[in-house]
Amino acid sequence: MYDAQIQPTVYHKNAMGTSPVKVEAHDVSVSYGEKQALFNVSLDIPDKSVTAFIGPSGCGKSTFLRCMNRMNDTIDGARVSGSLKIDGAEVNDKAVDPVVLRASVGMVFQKPNPFPKSIYDNVAYGPRIHGLASGRAELDEVVEQSLRKAGLWGEVADRLQDPGTGLSGGQQQRLVIARAIAVNPEVILMDEPCSALDPIATAKIEELIDELRENYCIIIVTHSMQQAARVSQMTAFFHLGSLVEVGPTEEIFTNPRDPRTQDYITGRFG
Amino acid sequence: MTDTTPSFPIREAVERRLAKRYRSELRFRSAGLTAIAVAVAILCVLIGSIMSEGLPAFTANELVLPVTLEQEMVDPEGDLSEASLRRGSYSRVLQDAMRAQFPEVTARNDLRNLFSLYTPLNATRLMDEVLHDPGLVGAPHTFTMPLADDLDLYLKGSLVEDRTLPVTGRLSAETVGEDLVLRSTEADFAELAAEIESAMLVEATALEARSQQILAAAEDALPLDVERMQDDARRQSDHAAALRTDALAEGGYLPLDPDVPSVIIESGGLAYRVTGLALSGLEARAVAMPAAGGSLNAASWTLYVIDTPESRRRVSDQVIMWTRSLVDRGMIQASFNTYLFANADSREPELAGVKGALYGSILTMIITMFLSVPIGVFTAVYLEEYAPKNRVTDLIEVNINNLAAVPSIVFGLLGLAVFINFFGLPRSAPLVGGLVLSLMTLPTVIIATRAALKAVPPSIRQAALGIGASKTQAVFHHVLPLAAPGILTGSIIGLAQALGETAPLLMIGMVAFIADAPSLGLEGFTQPATVMPVQIFLWSDGAERAFEARTAAAILILLALMIGFNAVAIYLRRRFERRW
Repeated sequence: MYDAQIQPTVYHKNAMGTSPVKVEAHDVSVSYGEKQALFNVSLDIPDKSVTAFIGPSGCGKSTFLRCMNRMNDTIDGARVSGSLKIDGAEVNDKAVDPVVLRASVGMVFQKPNPFPKSIYDNVAYGPRIHGLASGRAELDEVVEQSLRKAGLWGEVADRLQDPGTGLSGGQQQRLVIARAIAVNPEVILMDEPCSALDPIATAKIEELIDELRENYCIIIVTHSMQQAARVSQMTAFFHLGSLVEVGPTEEIFTNPRDPRTQDYITGRFG
Repeated sequence: MTDTTPSFPIREAVERRLAKRYRSELRFRSAGLTAIAVAVAILCVLIGSIMSEGLPAFTANELVLPVTLEQEMVDPEGDLSEASLRRGSYSRVLQDAMRAQFPEVTARNDLRNLFSLYTPLNATRLMDEVLHDPGLVGAPHTFTMPLADDLDLYLKGSLVEDRTLPVTGRLSAETVGEDLVLRSTEADFAELAAEIESAMLVEATALEARSQQILAAAEDALPLDVERMQDDARRQSDHAAALRTDALAEGGYLPLDPDVPSVIIESGGLAYRVTGLALSGLEARAVAMPAAGGSLNAASWTLYVIDTPESRRRVSDQVIMWTRSLVDRGMIQASFNTYLFANADSREPELAGVKGALYGSILTMIITMFLSVPIGVFTAVYLEEYAPKNRVTDLIEVNINNLAAVPSIVFGLLGLAVFINFFGLPRSAPLVGGLVLSLMTLPTVIIATRAALKAVPPSIRQAALGIGASKTQAVFHHVLPLAAPGILTGSIIGLAQALGETAPLLMIGMVAFIADAPSLGLEGFTQPATVMPVQIFLWSDGAERAFEARTAAAILILLALMIGFNAVAIYLRRRFERRW
């Protein structure tokens, strides 16, 4: 219906205007082996706000998300081209160590994936390997703060040594968020964080995302347009590997400029 | 409302096939159950037969012999020094002690038989005891030694067929000319005499038939063979004729020679070997045999019959009666067979043990474990987590999988060529055995470890990488611990396989008779040794019958080791799994 490969490169400037730009992408393309998954995406993402990526399955939104902490490096045959800067520093530079990058760009995955260790060890793992806490007391403090920020402290304070895998799905996902923020990242990437959760757990996570927005740049991939509308300030619509439209969430949902966006949000395809 | 009945075509279609579906499920389940039942039954038969064969070997009949360690006998220098004690004549001590028990035995031949109740190797054991405690010299001492293997089997009831017949009459003895005649008031010997007589006649008939057969065959045979065959036939018919003459029992007396069952009359601590039985069943000619001593008890006597003829067994009536006499005196006791565990291999079954093989197995397994597990696990980690997927790694993978299927004897050849001939390592040493078995175990460990690593969900790796762990940290902090149960299981299966391996060790000289156990220290790795399965192999080849039971006993010990090994594996797996 729409051939993405002949789409012109559209350079979407940040339409928020107010927040400083955190992530600048320019002509980012990704291919897995012979198959190109992302075509020349250019996009600015503001700091201290939630940006939602929406689009039908296989449209490249997760691929683009994984460019930001170079998780594509872990996939055999993945090639990334173009420029992607966080705070003005090039991410795809050979000189950038992905380990350092991932310490400042946290990630939350679709399915909750706590380590099969205690709740405490889950949260403390990042600070431990990065040497962010000197001594037990400081580590305890980091763990508590992270769990508080993730809204989980009240539920697990008395059983920190229980295995993280024993928590409910929603709690596990908040534990994973706590684990991500324990290393104090600047950007948090969330890849469909609520797709495996029930509505109540989803509501809690959304509430949490809204709170975290104060301190972090959050980028969330979601299949739920309602969720995008609820939590995000800016929304980007991807289709067939291309960025179709980006703008303030309200504008995208009420007055989309592109007919494809219109079709998608009104549920005519997807 | 319409009056047509509602129809459910889909439901009917499903129901039509339902019975068939359930039938096939039932068939499948019963096939599975049958398979399990058959497997369990076969296992039970196997274990049961090994147990029934091997369990007797765990007890040993020991001769508890009072000995006097005269100073001039064991300490020729008279200074109790080790050199002097080593020159002592300990076999003389044992012989004197045996003679003291049977003073009536004087003939050289009889004495040799008497001393065959134990193996001469026991003299060395007595010397060791004296060297260990020189204070024993000059004092009376009780020396415990295993009974000779054949007599041990006799007492366990597996050497000869024997029985004790009931008697009713009163026994009296009388010397008539040169013969001793024993008389019973009832015809107690009649049944036995008739039985032996008919057995003799059956035997004679069989021999005659055989003789006829040979003669018939000789007619068609080559001229060269005819004479030999006729001789053979004549011998057989002569033998038959002799048997018939004996059986016809001139004068009502059936002579008992070594070709017929031995009959012994025991009464009041005395024993008589019957040389002739009266067909009337009232009297028997006999000669006195060595016994515990006492006087004839007319009312209480027994008829002991050894159905295996003396000419067809390894121990004579005399030796058996000496043994029975020692049992009567309480000088033979059955106890746990400590020799089986405290000794290394020996030519004498009663002294042979598995200690050497057990130590050899332990040393070999130590080498195998410390080589194959780390090398295998790290190889697998590298191949699975780090190596790029290309032709070279594909080739390596194919080769590893092929190595797992290589016959183990090939690894033995490799070990012989490389470790012994090229590197000049010692033969028969646990070090080389361990190296060879490591080669054999490596593919198993690598394949098991790779499978365990593959089974770790990728989300764990992503989670670790996502918060900035390096690849190595992700692998060592998260992936390896999760794979540990699988790695452990695979490694222990590989090690258990190595523990039961014989073929590769054939090539490097670990199949040898080694009478000393290797030491469990560092130097033990280069001392000659064998391992448990090789010991089983060697014993299964042993000429003495007593090795049969010891073979089965060694199999039981090896099985126990294996079960222990697997129990440790299960325990460790549970422990690791509980942690997560």
